[in-house]
Amino acid sequence: MKNSITVSVTDREKIIHTLEVPTDITLNMMEVCKSYELPVEGLCGGMALCASCHMYVLSNHELPEPSEDEENMLDQAFFVNKNSRLGCQIKIHSDLDGLEVELAPVSPENENQ
Amino acid sequence: MISTDILIIGAGPVGLFTVFEAGLLKLKCHLVDSLGQGGGQLTEIYPKKPIYDIPGYPSILAGDLTDRLMEQIAPFKPGFTLGERAEKLEKLDDNTFKIITNKGTELFAPVVAIAGGLGSFEPRKPPIENIEIFEDKGVDYIIKDPEKYRNKRVLVAGGGDSALDWSIILADIAKQVTLIHRRTSFRGALDSVEKVLELARNGKINLITEAQAIGLNGNKVLEKILIEQDGKENYYFDSDYFIPLFGLAPKLGPIGDWGLEIENNAIVVNTLDYSSNIPGIYAIGDINTYPGKLKLILCGFHEGTLMVQSAFKYIYPDQKLSFKYTTVAGVTGF
Repeated sequence: MKNSITVSVTDREKIIHTLEVPTDITLNMMEVCKSYELPVEGLCGGMALCASCHMYVLSNHELPEPSEDEENMLDQAFFVNKNSRLGCQIKIHSDLDGLEVELAPVSPENENQ
Repeated sequence: MISTDILIIGAGPVGLFTVFEAGLLKLKCHLVDSLGQGGGQLTEIYPKKPIYDIPGYPSILAGDLTDRLMEQIAPFKPGFTLGERAEKLEKLDDNTFKIITNKGTELFAPVVAIAGGLGSFEPRKPPIENIEIFEDKGVDYIIKDPEKYRNKRVLVAGGGDSALDWSIILADIAKQVTLIHRRTSFRGALDSVEKVLELARNGKINLITEAQAIGLNGNKVLEKILIEQDGKENYYFDSDYFIPLFGLAPKLGPIGDWGLEIENNAIVVNTLDYSSNIPGIYAIGDINTYPGKLKLILCGFHEGTLMVQSAFKYIYPDQKLSFKYTTVAGVTGF
């Protein structure tokens, strides 16, 4: 059995990165982006508490509904669309092969610089 | 004048525990933090989350860990300057440091330990192009004195507890309170949500949902706010104040301008003693970086422990330091 999937991440310069992601270790999309050094902060470490891994789901994959915590956090994020999710809450799973996401913009005001 | 041995910037878990390790060496500490309470991220972001990797605690709530640390360091009587951000750092002629906070408080010490975590927590600013022009001219990110808004028209933005709670408070003070939220449902504490909906029914709060503020307009001061609402053309809304309440996010802030070597928003340190490129300044916890760095509270405790040994030698180069176990010597406060 194949134990990796392919996902694509569109960064803020609209460059599409096709990433190979193992499914046999517990990963989420925030961690995947960070491990490929894509510009995702993931400040809170994946607890759905900071919204710094805000991304848009572009493909039609069925994802579990956002939890109360995730909805709360998205309420505090900016540039939120109907397809907004926190990357840390998208758990990598074999059903997500071909998943396409795009990193949400960050406002210069709030960037950690 | 506040003067101490080690000035710790950041009162998170690592800054707090460092007080203990410094205290064992009879070094006094003073902590400064932009938040109004100790605990850093633990109290600000996740007080009710259990942490599982603190040795000796199979599980401990972040808020409880903060309380225990405060208890543990109490014998050493640390000083606190809370609700103020360390803004400026000056090296004085005698090689000691002066730190000035954003409120003008001056703090003096021979050693500075930066335990700033992810940086200082600042209000999240909505991505509205000209928002900075109207800061303090109608745009407030923090409500200090609600009386400021008496008989004024106020637009509060956000869907969380602070947006709800302030809307409720301002409903009795301001001439007109409008709460704008991107969705139809609110996620704050249930009684706050109910109270807001009741005030809305009674005409005390004007609710605009599925909408957000996207532009600000005014001659010198804020006069109008451009609103984007589902199913409507964008329109202007008259208001004296715009108060966006979208929580806090950490920013490295002024520490980035102190001449420290920075890499990916973190201070580069020598793992021998967690010293920075400036003699007398150390960085411990999430704010530092070195090969193999892990952002764990556990690792920050270790870093603080080694750091104070080095700080002692830096402050007292001629004194011998003998290492004592707490099991042998106990904990003697000041």
